[in-house]
Amino acid sequence: MGSLIAQIVSVTLMNLGSLRRRLWMSLAMVLASAVVVAILLAFLAMAKGFEETMRGAGSSQIAILMREGSSTELNSVILQDQVNLIGESAGVARDANGPLVSPELYVIVDGIKKSSGTEANIPLRGLNKTGMDMRTNMQLVEGRMFTPGTNEMVVGAGVLREFNGFEIGKEVRFGKNLWKVVGVFSTGGNIFESELWADIKTIQSHYNRGNSYQSIRTKLQNDSDIKPLQDSIEREPRLNLEVQTEQEYFASQGKQLQYIATFGWIISAVMALGALAGALNTMYTSVADRAKEIATLRALGFSNFSAFCGTIAEAMVLAVTGGLLGSLAAFVFFDGLNTSTLGGSFTQVVFSFEMSPDLFLQGAILALAIGFVSGFFPAWRAARMPVIVAFRHAA
Amino acid sequence: MSEDVLFQLKNVSKNFVKGKEKISIFDDLNMTIDRGDFVAIMGPSGSGKTTLLNMLGGVDQPSGGEVWFDGTRIDSLSEGALTRWRAENIGFIFQFYNLMPMLNAQRNVELPLMLTKLSKAQRRKNVETALALVGLSDRAKHMSSEMSGGQQQRVAIARAIVSDPKLILCDEPTGDLDRATADEILEMLQLLNRDHGKTIVMVTHDPAAAKYAKRTLHLDKGQFVQREIVA
Repeated sequence: MGSLIAQIVSVTLMNLGSLRRRLWMSLAMVLASAVVVAILLAFLAMAKGFEETMRGAGSSQIAILMREGSSTELNSVILQDQVNLIGESAGVARDANGPLVSPELYVIVDGIKKSSGTEANIPLRGLNKTGMDMRTNMQLVEGRMFTPGTNEMVVGAGVLREFNGFEIGKEVRFGKNLWKVVGVFSTGGNIFESELWADIKTIQSHYNRGNSYQSIRTKLQNDSDIKPLQDSIEREPRLNLEVQTEQEYFASQGKQLQYIATFGWIISAVMALGALAGALNTMYTSVADRAKEIATLRALGFSNFSAFCGTIAEAMVLAVTGGLLGSLAAFVFFDGLNTSTLGGSFTQVVFSFEMSPDLFLQGAILALAIGFVSGFFPAWRAARMPVIVAFRHAA
Repeated sequence: MSEDVLFQLKNVSKNFVKGKEKISIFDDLNMTIDRGDFVAIMGPSGSGKTTLLNMLGGVDQPSGGEVWFDGTRIDSLSEGALTRWRAENIGFIFQFYNLMPMLNAQRNVELPLMLTKLSKAQRRKNVETALALVGLSDRAKHMSSEMSGGQQQRVAIARAIVSDPKLILCDEPTGDLDRATADEILEMLQLLNRDHGKTIVMVTHDPAAAKYAKRTLHLDKGQFVQREIVA
């Protein structure tokens, strides 16, 4: 066994030592593997970043209520008397001022993206003070909070980063109304940073919403225990509402972009097939180039298994080197890259590409697969190389 | 089989099938090689000398007959068993040296020892001894591209003897060398045979080379046509 390992190590080192004879073909294989892995990681980092942005927004202590059948806030409608009934329901937390219930409005306005100069939807959320207080991770990073009853708004840090014209002091026109930016807030990078916030009564007035809302957020009396509130809603026929924790809501929204990861794997698999064709050619050339060396080693008594393993190892070293370079490139060019895309409510969600160890692991697995498959058949040929080749009279 | 006999071919035949035609290389060939012998095998191109050498080295299998080595029949061994047998018993010297170009002389000579259980220190010691025997101690760290043809063949000889095999097979060992260098190599083989008791079988076209052997076998059309003892 020790001898076999020594043989495999010797053959592998010799194969790697002869790489300079096939420098350009070997570099092409490294490059192909690097490109495939970098592209896969870019897609995965995008999906991961979006999912993290959505997941980070959800609290298990907050329940979100929307009209039955509404999958997003945009297509939900809730009336004032329903808000009042929720305030009286079981399972809702209270403080000295009464139940912690935040009726919210969610309208779409236009912004100009810095990256493309094109118009894109941004959510303008109407909030009251309770709604502000519920978002415990919200921090004003610049300016001040809007004054209720005025056309003032605060902008999420993501909106400021990705869209033109939302700097503090700027006036922005939405339809007939002119709004003034008075502050910038951060919520730790989650989806709320992709929103504009203003006074709910002002928005109701400007957008002719009367006394209607689109969602209700309420703090649960017992952390994560949504059951009393669910039971209470089921018993009250006037409350045709669906309730879930905020965490569940955003988790389901985050899953919407899971197709990015799937798409990334499909694209990478197709590209990997192309890379494999090149890699197979490289490895067959390698075996042909080393034919006399392989046969000589076999004549000296090296096993055909060591010839097989040495060739597989060479392919895997080249592919994994490419994978590492691809991972490095993906990290340098994509990690933390800010972008925005259309979320579940037809509005732009600002998020950052996020590289993580599990993504690098997936990239490494892909590189290893490219190396193994591209090395297997040439390695089989190397293992079956006739020893007689060593005696052929060619230099 | 006498204890002095190292190799014996009994009624060996070798055929190739090319299309519908059966081509016979040997038919009913018999041969005995004693321990300590130095045999030159000569013959015109196509006479079957390289095929015979391949058969002696376990690289090729006969179509019929028996091949015995040191009391063991080897023509029926599996490919894996033959590989192990070669590692333990045979040292090869090729016409074009067949050194690994990415390894220095020392590492080339060490290759057969990678198949043994010797420690690294023991391997190094054996390599030093083999290189000293061929007069290349000062070239141990040199790559093959930094050495002349004669020096490369001497490295190949060191590689062939380093694991102390029972038989050394040489395939036109001086075919790529000038006369003076060829004589140096042949003297070295003669010294290995005479002073170290190595059994050597050498295939050659060169009558001058054959004179260094103890005896020469002439192969023509698959048969030994005459036997001549060279003192």
